Amino acid sequence: MTSLDAAAVWGIFAAVGAGTFLLRLSFLGALGRESSIRPGLARALGLVPAAVLAALVAPAVAGRGTEVDLVTARFTAATLAGLVAWRTRNVPLTLVVGMVVLWVLSALG
Amino acid sequence: MAPTPTRRATLAGIRAVVPILPGVVPFALIAGFAGVEAGVSRIQAVAMSLIVFAGAAQIAALDLIGSDAAIVVVVATALIINARFVMYSASLAPHVAGSPLRARGLAAYLLTDQIYAVSIIRFGETREPVRERLAFYLGGGATLWVTWQAGTVVGALGGGAVPESWSLDFAIPLVFIALLVPALRSRHDHVAAVVGGVVAVAAGGLRFNSGLLLAAAAGIVAGYVAAGR
Repeated sequence: MTSLDAAAVWGIFAAVGAGTFLLRLSFLGALGRESSIRPGLARALGLVPAAVLAALVAPAVAGRGTEVDLVTARFTAATLAGLVAWRTRNVPLTLVVGMVVLWVLSALG
Repeated sequence: MAPTPTRRATLAGIRAVVPILPGVVPFALIAGFAGVEAGVSRIQAVAMSLIVFAGAAQIAALDLIGSDAAIVVVVATALIINARFVMYSASLAPHVAGSPLRARGLAAYLLTDQIYAVSIIRFGETREPVRERLAFYLGGGATLWVTWQAGTVVGALGGGAVPESWSLDFAIPLVFIALLVPALRSRHDHVAAVVGGVVAVAAGGLRFNSGLLLAAAAGIVAGYVAAGR
């Protein structure tokens, strides 16, 4: 649960919303000129999803700092869900497998 | 009366995204639920989808808000996740050049991974006029938008009714896993992901979740260097 007040949360949403719109508009909004993106920038942007998503996933399933623990129901469930995602590319199935494995291991443990 | 070409293109856009919707609905439900989990109001959780309309960034921002990250970290993380839209924007712009700014502005607001993927395939395959391309894009984009908004409303309203013992908070990292796996295409993506993940774990104790930004930057730099060789 957050300790931020409602105004701070609205402020975050406004900043993220405005910034996101400008990122989307960047080239679409350009005045009809030939649009091109520098190859170096394109390469860096292409790496963003892999880097950021892994940075979000890893601490959530493996723990952080001095509290790293890979022998947990969450880590096992996440690993199996990752395998399902890799083999099937099926989002609902990935979520179901991850949740069910977590529930089963938690019930057993 | 025969449908006009524009109308036909709109319907084609709607039809093109229908097969993707079952993959979008769980994300939307979890984006709504993540708002409840973070402790923002239901109105805010629903409004966020209208204002931001970008799933991964919304869920990540709410996750960080819930763990009391610094405001600047929340905003920066969401915008880094959405930086990929610049790439899509550049790639789509030549296909809709010459259309009114208002239409391109609407197209920008509706820009997502999904509509980009179906549109860029269509624009590469057909030689239809700009008007019809835009109609295709807006038809598909609006369908995705309605699905997303409806899903987050259901997630925000229903999320509070799920008992804590179901550990539904775990659906948040699971959603990120479902997004991460298809993002791993080249060897450089793998390098970026491994470095990003390891640094995030190692720096996870830093204040205000600032380790996340450090990890993302380290992953991007490592992948960039690996790609340059």
